Amino acid sequence: MSVSTITNTTQYLTFKLDDEVFALDITQVREVLDYTSVTKVPRTPDFMSGVINLRGSVVPVIDMRLKFGMSKTMKTVNTCSIIVEITIDGEKLVLGALADSVQEVIELEPNQIEPAPRLGTRLHTDFIKGMGKRDDQFIIILDIDKIFSDDELAIVQDMQRGREAS
Amino acid sequence: METEILQTFLSESVELLQEMEDSLLSLENSPNDQDRINSLFRSVHTIKGSSGIVGIESVEKFTHGIENLLSQARDGAIPITGGIIELMLECRDHISSLLEFASAGEAELPAGVAQRDRALTAKVNSLLNGAAAGNEPKEKAQTPKAAGPRPEGDKAETDAWHISLRFGRDVLRNGMDPISFLNYLGKLGEITSLSTLCDAMPAQAEMDPESCYLGFEIDLRSDLDKKAISDVFEFVKDDCAIHILPPHSRIDDYVELIRGLPESDTMLGEILVRGKALTQSELEQALKLQKAGADEDHRGKALIGEIMVNAGMVYPEMVDAALEKQKKNLVAKAREALTIRIDAAKLDVLVNLVGELVISSANMEQHSQRIKDGALMESSSGMLRLVEEIRDSAMKIRMVPIGDTFSRFNRVVRDISRDFGKEIELAVSGGDTELDKTVVEKINDPLMHLVRNAADHGIEKPEARVEAGKPPKGIVRLNAYHDAGSIVIEVSDDGRGLNRGRITEKALNAGLISQGQTLSDRELFGLIFEPGFSTAEEVTKLSGRGVGMDVVKRNIEGLRGTVEVESEDGRGATVRIRLPLTLAIIDGFMVDVDNSFYVIPLDMVVECVELSEADREAANRRSYMNLRGEVLPYIRLREYFSAEGAAASHENVVIVQYAGQKTGLVVDELYGEVQTVIKSLGKVYRDVKGISGATIMGNGRVALIIDVPRLVQTVDAA
Repeated sequence: MSVSTITNTTQYLTFKLDDEVFALDITQVREVLDYTSVTKVPRTPDFMSGVINLRGSVVPVIDMRLKFGMSKTMKTVNTCSIIVEITIDGEKLVLGALADSVQEVIELEPNQIEPAPRLGTRLHTDFIKGMGKRDDQFIIILDIDKIFSDDELAIVQDMQRGREAS
Repeated sequence: METEILQTFLSESVELLQEMEDSLLSLENSPNDQDRINSLFRSVHTIKGSSGIVGIESVEKFTHGIENLLSQARDGAIPITGGIIELMLECRDHISSLLEFASAGEAELPAGVAQRDRALTAKVNSLLNGAAAGNEPKEKAQTPKAAGPRPEGDKAETDAWHISLRFGRDVLRNGMDPISFLNYLGKLGEITSLSTLCDAMPAQAEMDPESCYLGFEIDLRSDLDKKAISDVFEFVKDDCAIHILPPHSRIDDYVELIRGLPESDTMLGEILVRGKALTQSELEQALKLQKAGADEDHRGKALIGEIMVNAGMVYPEMVDAALEKQKKNLVAKAREALTIRIDAAKLDVLVNLVGELVISSANMEQHSQRIKDGALMESSSGMLRLVEEIRDSAMKIRMVPIGDTFSRFNRVVRDISRDFGKEIELAVSGGDTELDKTVVEKINDPLMHLVRNAADHGIEKPEARVEAGKPPKGIVRLNAYHDAGSIVIEVSDDGRGLNRGRITEKALNAGLISQGQTLSDRELFGLIFEPGFSTAEEVTKLSGRGVGMDVVKRNIEGLRGTVEVESEDGRGATVRIRLPLTLAIIDGFMVDVDNSFYVIPLDMVVECVELSEADREAANRRSYMNLRGEVLPYIRLREYFSAEGAAASHENVVIVQYAGQKTGLVVDELYGEVQTVIKSLGKVYRDVKGISGATIMGNGRVALIIDVPRLVQTVDAA
């Protein structure tokens, strides 16, 4: 069984959060940067790490570990920001995503990818495009557009309102 | 037709229509101002001419009558009356809507517009006919044709104009189509003969298909004067060779023409004969003359104009017209040299780059301070100074005076006073005040709302004004000025003022305030910016529907500005809009809160003091301090931004002033002045309160810019 939306052989960038391997469609990845100091924007949820300077542009950075219910990313020599380009409401948006370490670029055939299991992952099923199989390892292929969709980012605003109300 | 040309035409027309409106409005006050009538005529004439060239027939046809009417008005045959001005204004609006349809590419006019077209044309024509009856002879006398008896003899017998046209090589590249000029010419009169010259066409191998090699010899029978014919070629006259000979020109002139053109003499001669511009015998005579003329050449050339006048060829009024035109062209040229149109996107790129330059030179300055090499420090500080100057002038490019925006409201106020039987004058001051182009564009709609409100709600009917002991004529005032790093725009009126009781009542009904709640004027007037809030008793076509003021407020806040209202019962109301000078670069004051850097816009910083030990201890109980005997409320940014780290060993207070109110911001460290290029935080962080943007510091890290107005407001509201 394969995932109907994935019909072509595609390259994926794999990275680790904790001990789990995740992957992103390489066409959405702009570049991978070493961890640079992130400026926290006050009064925003914790998973929004803040902003960084990407050659003169201010780019928001998201802590994927917090987003996926893990503990906060601790800076190590392997910590990276993966700069991705996502589309929200037809608008292009550049975001940084923190990862514990970036692994490699792999190629997966459509038949190597299975739909996400309904249970058993810590992630919201909507965030998962599919499960890649490679050797004996499962790779969680993320649907980055959904993770950073408007609803998800809108939490930022809800949270503020909540704070003001309290 | 090329869309680019059409675009140019449309944007030009908008300006011309604006000119037309300005002229009309000032004619209303001084109906005999000849300069204004002339400029009115010019606007209409140019619209007509260029719409003919780009092929918008509806406009061309409609403006034709107006042009005639104005031409007579210019000659004094028709006096300019209020009625005519009213009609012309209607016509102006109609042209504007015709242009809109044309630009949308709709060939058929909607029935309503077509009907208006007919009605207006009929009105114009009836005025024209009324005038024509009495002025027919005078009209005649002014056309060159009837200017005195013509000496027979060495003049050509033809009654047609002869036009020699050699299009420039780049005509096609510039988006002009030669055929449309010829078509248009055909509408002005009857083309009796047309010969195409392709002598300039090179061999096939060398020919560039994008170049135009063609020339034309045209005979045209028409009643128009020379200026009107040469205006046909207004768009191409710079790169084309155009010679126009009036009917019955002297044979010499034809000879002159033949000699002046690159093609062979005999061939041109033949064309002229064929086109009946010359008879065969005239040609022979001419060629003889040409030989004789060759002997005289060495005697030196007299001025052409002189010869022409001597020869009785040109009529004095034509010379005057030509001179006037030359003068006008000179003025126009001078103005062209002073202003250039630039694509706004290019300007944005430049401003962005300058922003980067500012950052990187600040970075260099920092490094040189660290290295402590004297020569390096000197040159880097020299460069920093230059970069700052570049920044300032780059910002100035974006600045435009607000006067143009203001003057647009003349018409609005005038129309409202007509429609509602009021007498209103628009008084404009501070039109020279410059602000960022983006701001000017975005402020137009809010201002429109405010001016309409002032004229419609504010100003009373003349009777009511007299009763209240005020002059019957109300004044709506637009004023702009600089104030401590921001621009203030005021819309004020001397009308009845805001009705406090009614606002309270409405607010109670809408549940915005509770019974028994007393509000300060500021709070009370702030309510009118709530969505759906209107105190107008009747809904007019302009206002009273309760939409508008909230849009005004939103637009202004979108520009990082604020708006407030002052009102005095029976004396009038003032709406004051405060806007930042520019949207891109500011001078900032860098501070530190819990090891994060923040920038406070420098023009809002008044002073900095240390937060005393006593105040720090009391901080849990109250949030105000004693500033030299004054009560100063303060905001602890550490708390507001919910910073986690332990409090610093000592804290400082940056005192900011906004809209006349002083507030202290408690921070950890003070770093001093920095150049700040404002970067947007983007969609993700767009609604973060208290932060208006980010900037990149010399060390490459990101600092956040504190949004003082909103910070102060949120704390106020809490």
